[in-house]
Amino acid sequence: MNRTYELMFIVRPDMVEEDLDKLISTLETAVSSTGGTVKSVERMGKRRLAYTVRRFHDGMYVLLTVEGSGGLIHELERRLRVTEPVLKFLTVRIDEEQKRLEKIKKIREARKKTSAAPAAPAEGGETAAVTA
Amino acid sequence: MAEETRATTAPPESGGAPAEGHSQRPGPRGPRPGGGPGGPREGGRKYFRRKKVCKFCVEKIESINYKDVRLLAQFVAESGKIVPRRLTGVCTPHQRRLSSAIKQARNIALLPFAGRIN
Repeated sequence: MNRTYELMFIVRPDMVEEDLDKLISTLETAVSSTGGTVKSVERMGKRRLAYTVRRFHDGMYVLLTVEGSGGLIHELERRLRVTEPVLKFLTVRIDEEQKRLEKIKKIREARKKTSAAPAAPAEGGETAAVTA
Repeated sequence: MAEETRATTAPPESGGAPAEGHSQRPGPRGPRPGGGPGGPREGGRKYFRRKKVCKFCVEKIESINYKDVRLLAQFVAESGKIVPRRLTGVCTPHQRRLSSAIKQARNIALLPFAGRIN
């Protein structure tokens, strides 16, 4: 059962760049060893936190997009919880949302085509009935 | 942004709703003195209230994502509260997505639980 997840986590602002690289690479190896794939890694840089977390006002945000099963997420979250410099993390499942967006996009494009070419009478009649 | 929505939408609501409730209570429970339903209330309105529309429906914003802080911040009051639908005019399905996105953003410290970002 392959699903797509977004894993966002915050590390402390005074963390050294190499340590962060190491942390990310260990997470990546954990993903590949559990049978998942890392789709993208995005460093969003240092940002001001909306509230203080462990007496920190800023944090380095990292966004990880991962494809895999629920067990993989369980393992990743366990690792993040154990890792000391990680202040906070959030996992969101995004594949269903992506599917929904694609569907809407397709519908919109189809509608654009029908309005651009009114030659097809059957389809035009259908859309008219729907809108009415 | 939150200040703007509050300033434009909050005063008519807070001024109108409680006053109506009070004026009706002491009156007789029988037939309404005004006649038709809602008739006198419409006539007594001194200003024109613009019809609120759902921002997400009008601008065709499909994805309400927790990472889009600038969008979400428009629907969060200064106190950090989610602004209710009746003030912002967001439709029910979009408000549902919006509130869950705001809650996710709060969890990852992108939006405050209470108070302004300082």
